[in-house]
Amino acid sequence: MGNPLPASRAAEAFPAGLRVLIVDDDATWLKILEKMLRKCSYQGRLLFAPTIARGGAALLLRVSSVLSVLDRDFVTTCSLATDALHILRERKARFDIVISDVNMPDMDGFKLLEHVGLEMDLPVIMMSIDGETSRVMKGVQHGACDYLLKPVRMKELRNIWQHVYRKKMQELKEVETHSIDEVINILRNGSEDDEDRHLTDETEMSFMRKRKDVDNKEFGDQELNDPSTVKKARVVWSVDLHQKFVNAVDQIGFDKVGPKKILDLMNVPGLTRENVASHLQKYRLYLSRLQKQNGGTCGGNMQSDHINKTIKGKFGLKSSTNMQQDWELTKYACTTENFRTHGIVANVAHVSEMNRVAPAQVIASKKGLVNGAQLGLFLSFKGMLPSIKEKACKPLHDERPVMQLMQYPEQENYSISEGYSCLANPDQDHEPCFDHLPSSQPLVTLATCTNGKDMKDLYEMKPLQPAMPPMACMIDSVSIQVKHGLVNLQDTGAICKLEGSPCIEDCYVDETCNQGCFPLTCEVSLKSKSDLDSMPEDLHLYSVQKLGCLENVSCSGPEIYQYIDSVPASEVQSINWCEGSEPSGEYLYDPVDYSLIDEYLFA
Amino acid sequence: MLPLCSRVLLSHPFSPMSLMALREQLNMLVNSMYIEGLLDQQFQQLQMLQDASSPGFVAEVINLFCEDAERILTELTKDQAVVDFQKVDAYVHQLKGSSSSVGAQNVKLACIQFRQFCEENNKDGCLNALNVVKHHYYLLRNKFDTMLQLEQRIQAYDSKQQN
Repeated sequence: MGNPLPASRAAEAFPAGLRVLIVDDDATWLKILEKMLRKCSYQGRLLFAPTIARGGAALLLRVSSVLSVLDRDFVTTCSLATDALHILRERKARFDIVISDVNMPDMDGFKLLEHVGLEMDLPVIMMSIDGETSRVMKGVQHGACDYLLKPVRMKELRNIWQHVYRKKMQELKEVETHSIDEVINILRNGSEDDEDRHLTDETEMSFMRKRKDVDNKEFGDQELNDPSTVKKARVVWSVDLHQKFVNAVDQIGFDKVGPKKILDLMNVPGLTRENVASHLQKYRLYLSRLQKQNGGTCGGNMQSDHINKTIKGKFGLKSSTNMQQDWELTKYACTTENFRTHGIVANVAHVSEMNRVAPAQVIASKKGLVNGAQLGLFLSFKGMLPSIKEKACKPLHDERPVMQLMQYPEQENYSISEGYSCLANPDQDHEPCFDHLPSSQPLVTLATCTNGKDMKDLYEMKPLQPAMPPMACMIDSVSIQVKHGLVNLQDTGAICKLEGSPCIEDCYVDETCNQGCFPLTCEVSLKSKSDLDSMPEDLHLYSVQKLGCLENVSCSGPEIYQYIDSVPASEVQSINWCEGSEPSGEYLYDPVDYSLIDEYLFA
Repeated sequence: MLPLCSRVLLSHPFSPMSLMALREQLNMLVNSMYIEGLLDQQFQQLQMLQDASSPGFVAEVINLFCEDAERILTELTKDQAVVDFQKVDAYVHQLKGSSSSVGAQNVKLACIQFRQFCEENNKDGCLNALNVVKHHYYLLRNKFDTMLQLEQRIQAYDSKQQN
C-alpha cells in the first residue's frame, strides 16, 4: 500500500487509511476481509482467533496454513479474548475501529467487544452469519455500534468510517473549546506538522482526533470537514477536577502555564487539551476580573507555604455560644477561577470535652464578596485539640473529617465545599505543638462561594457534622492568607477574631497591592495559650483591620490573581467554584446565624 | 454441452486447447454452478475482489474453505453414537459461516437445515442432515477442483504466451 496522494486530494481520499482491526475465527473470512480492507485503502489488521482443535499440533498446522495465505504483516493470531485485549493494548499502532465476529468458540466475541469499547474507546462493529434479532440486540447491549451480516459486502465495509466519525463528533461535543477558531487552529497546526508526511504517508486520515493524540504522530491530515457543526459542550469541572487543575497550575507556575503542561500534570483520563485550555482561559479571565474588582490595593506576597500547611499556632476559642459571633473568620478562599464569591467556612467540629472549648466559627460570609472580595483566606490550622478524648475525635487522627458545607448547586456553578482535615491528637498535651503533628494534615480551607446568594443562605447550610460541644482550640497563630484582594473588611464585617493577644507578627501587607496581587498573608500569632481562661472575655471581634494587615485593602481594578505561584492548594478540598452572578460588593454578615456554624477551625 | 466439455477436459488434461477455449470452459463451469445452486452471489464478489495484485485470490479462498470444511466434517463424523447437540451445532455454525464466505449456497442451506435438527435435538435428523451436507460439499469440491485446474492452465497459458 502506499500511494501517496497529493495534499489536494486528501479530502477525496477520506476515509482512506482507516485503521481497522478484524477479529475472527474463520480463516476464510479473514482472507476475504483482508482483501476487502485493501480494496478500501484501509489499513487493516487481522486477529485470527482459531478454534483450538484437538491438540496443539493441529492448531499450529492450522494457524500456519492460514498465515501462509495471509499477509503476515497484517495478521496476528490469538485465541482468547484476554490475549486479544493484551495484543490490542500492546500494539503501538492505534486502531480506529474494531470489527469482530461474535461466534468464536474459544473467544467470547461479546466480551471482547465490551472490553475494547470500554478500554480503548473504539467503535466496535459486530459481525455474524446469524442475523437473529436476539443476537443483534445482544450486540447492541454490549456496545456495538453496528452489526454486519456475513457475507459482508464491500459497500458495507466502505461505510464503516461513519462510526468512527460519529464517535469523534461526540467527543468533540464534549470538548470545551473557546471558539471554532481555536479548533481550526488546532487542526491547522496539526496539519502543518504533518503536511510533509502527509504526502508520503500511507495514513491519510481525515478524521478529527482528540487533541491528545497529536503526540502520537498519528495525526494524518486533519480536516474537520465542517467545524461549525461541532457543538461545544462543557466538561463539567467538578471540584476535584478543578482542584487538580489548580494544583497543576500551581506546580507549573502561573507564568509558565500552558494547557498542555496542565493536562499532563493533571493526568486525568478523558480530559483533552481543549478542555484544559478553555478552563485556563476562564481562570485567567476570572482572575483578571478579580483584580479589577479588588482595586488592587491589596497585595501581599503569596506565601510559598500555603497556610494550609503551616499552622502556626494554636487558636483559642471561646466556648460560649457567644463566641460564635465573636469568632468569625471570614475566609475567602479563592484559589481558583471563577469564583467570585467565596465564603469560607471553617469548620471543624469535633471533639468535645475539651477543657476550654470554644467554638470557633469561621464564618464565611459573603455574599457581596462576589464582587469583590475575592478574598482568599486560607485559614488553616493544624489542629490540635488538647485533651480531646478519643471518642470524640472521630474524624481525627489523621483522618479528614467530613465537613461539607453545603452545596448550592447552581447549574454548573456553585460553591462550597470544604473538606478539611483536622487533626487532633488527643494524646497531645495542652500545648500541642503543631509541628509535632504526625501527619499534619493541613487544614483546609473552605471555600464557599456563594454566588451572590445571601449570606443567609450560607447560614442555612448546616455543617455536616452536628455541632459538637465546643472545644477549645489553642492555636498560636493563624496564618491567614488572603488571596486576592480583600474587600475592605471593615465594610464587610468579615472579620477575623482572634483571641488572646494577637500578635501580628507575621502579618504583613504588601503595599504593592496596587499591582494587584494579592495574596496577602497575614499571620497572626496568639501567644496566649495560657490565656485561654480569659478567652471568652477577650474574645472579640478581631477586626482584621486591627491587624493592620488588611487595612486598606480594597479591591479595585482587575488584577490577576497571581497567587498561583505558591498556592499549593492541594489540601484544599472540594472547592467548588461558582461563576458569577454580579457581586454586590458587600459582605453581608449576620451574626445571628452563626449559630449554625458551630465549629471551630481547628488547627 | 457443458458436461461433455468437462469430461473432455478432464480426460485430456494436457490437450492443447486454446486459451480462449479454456476460458470459455471456465465460464461455463462457473455459470452452471450458479444455475445449479452450488454457488451464489458471494462467489461473484470474490471474483471481483481478485485483481492483478492478487491473481490467486479466489484459489486461496477456496482452499481455505475446503480445509475448514473438511476439518469440521471430520469432527462431525466422529462420535456418531452419542450426539452432543450443542457441540455439533457449534461446528455446523462454523461451517455455515465458511460456506457463506465462498458462496457455497447448497452447503449453506444444508447447514441451516442441520442446525434445525440440532435445535430439536433430533439425532436422526442430525445424522441425515450431516449426510446431506457432505453430499453437497463434495459435489462442490469437485467442481472447485476442476475450476482451479482450468484456472491454472489458463494462467500457465498466459504466462507462456507472455514469454
